[in-house]
Amino acid sequence: MQKRDSLGYTLSVAAILCVACSLAVSTAAVSLRDRQEANVALDQQKNILDATGLAIGEYGVQASELSSKEIEALDAYISAKLVNLQTGDYVGDDQSLGSYSLVEEAADPGKSIPIVEPKFNPGEPRRPNVMKVYFVKKPGSDKILQVVLPVFGKGLWGTLYGYLALKSDLETIQGLTFYQHKETPGLGGEVDNPRWKAMWDGRKLYGPSKEPKAFVFKGPAPKDNPYAVDGLSGATITSRGVTNLIRYWASDDGYRTFLDKLKIEIENDKSSSSEGDK
Amino acid sequence: MANKTTDVLVDPLINNNPIALQILGICSALAVTTKMETSLVMSVAVIAVTAFSNLAVSAIRQFIPSSIRIIVQMTVIASLVIVVDQILKAYMYDISKQLSVFVGLIITNCIVMGRAEGFAMKNGPWVSFVDGIGNGMGYGLVLMFVAFFRELFGSGSLFGIEILQLDRNGGWYNPNNLMLLPPSAFFLIGFLIWAIRAYKPDQIEEA
Repeated sequence: MQKRDSLGYTLSVAAILCVACSLAVSTAAVSLRDRQEANVALDQQKNILDATGLAIGEYGVQASELSSKEIEALDAYISAKLVNLQTGDYVGDDQSLGSYSLVEEAADPGKSIPIVEPKFNPGEPRRPNVMKVYFVKKPGSDKILQVVLPVFGKGLWGTLYGYLALKSDLETIQGLTFYQHKETPGLGGEVDNPRWKAMWDGRKLYGPSKEPKAFVFKGPAPKDNPYAVDGLSGATITSRGVTNLIRYWASDDGYRTFLDKLKIEIENDKSSSSEGDK
Repeated sequence: MANKTTDVLVDPLINNNPIALQILGICSALAVTTKMETSLVMSVAVIAVTAFSNLAVSAIRQFIPSSIRIIVQMTVIASLVIVVDQILKAYMYDISKQLSVFVGLIITNCIVMGRAEGFAMKNGPWVSFVDGIGNGMGYGLVLMFVAFFRELFGSGSLFGIEILQLDRNGGWYNPNNLMLLPPSAFFLIGFLIWAIRAYKPDQIEEA
């Protein structure tokens, strides 16, 4: 008993234990990392597909129900580019595209700007200078069918990260999904409800004078209001957060400059292509 | 010995339930019980952690200096919880997203620590292992009980399958939002403890 409580013995037991435990933990972490990263990537892919409505359109079910092979087939529609929000220009190369991480960029003071007194407050301290946007095109065609914009902003318990898909007029919403949030299941967590998400299809993002106008109504949205979707009952703060983040990202502080340039690009394509529009 | 093994397995289910009798591990019972599915995964995670931490602590109990025994137990438990969390993230990504921080918080679950210190330090590895499974199951049983009522009345479904069609989905049932918030688990656990103690009056503590 005496020996068990000596300083040397105690220290050596502690040391051996630490080494053994850290070995176990790091083995698990390293051997499972590939699988985990694949899961995260697949989850984001599914969310992009859900925002675009491609999964419903092609297979009639949510992307989360699809096999990885079907996801891959749909992924041929999606391509990504980096966009500087300030100038609205494309930036970066394939390498920076592959290593882009929204959360890292937003946390890096060199690669992001503070959000100060925005017209619509997303509740976040900073936003990245560069965002990774996605385009939906038919495989083999250059015609842009949709553009998918990553968006984020505060809800009740934490930041909602999601994708906002716009139709090719860049004013009509195709869909909105959140791949990461901390809202209360059953209340704010209903942002994941497919029925609620489906209401975004066809809503107008901008009002007549080009101001961001889409929003979450408090209560059932009036049928004749082209900007509103139903409120989430019992989740006023989440609803308000969603409204704010959509309007923020649609405003001049967000994607507005890029969307204006993209619109010209799409219209030029249309007039120059001999096929004519569909 | 065989009898003792059965006893340590079955006893914590009702007679000596860690939540209902000892009132331990309440925190996570409030947090993860909005759905049956997450509760089930959480229960399995706790069973695994309790069983293997008991096994490990019991196996090295002769070597643990008493001055640092709590830290040794915590280190073993914390390592196991991280491993479980990693496995969930790799193989059950959707559920691990819903459980978020609560898997990590198994580390602070008093049941795990209590069994390591109270049982595994004094008993052999096999009995301790079984004791861990028993206590984990006792915890899981209460979780499933609470989750059953919370999911049924809060979301109208069980294991995500719609039982009562919700009015927001075109049905008739107006869900009880209180059931989705943590306080409802307090009431449910309270009712459960009342029921168990009405059935087994010897569990009632003297005032």
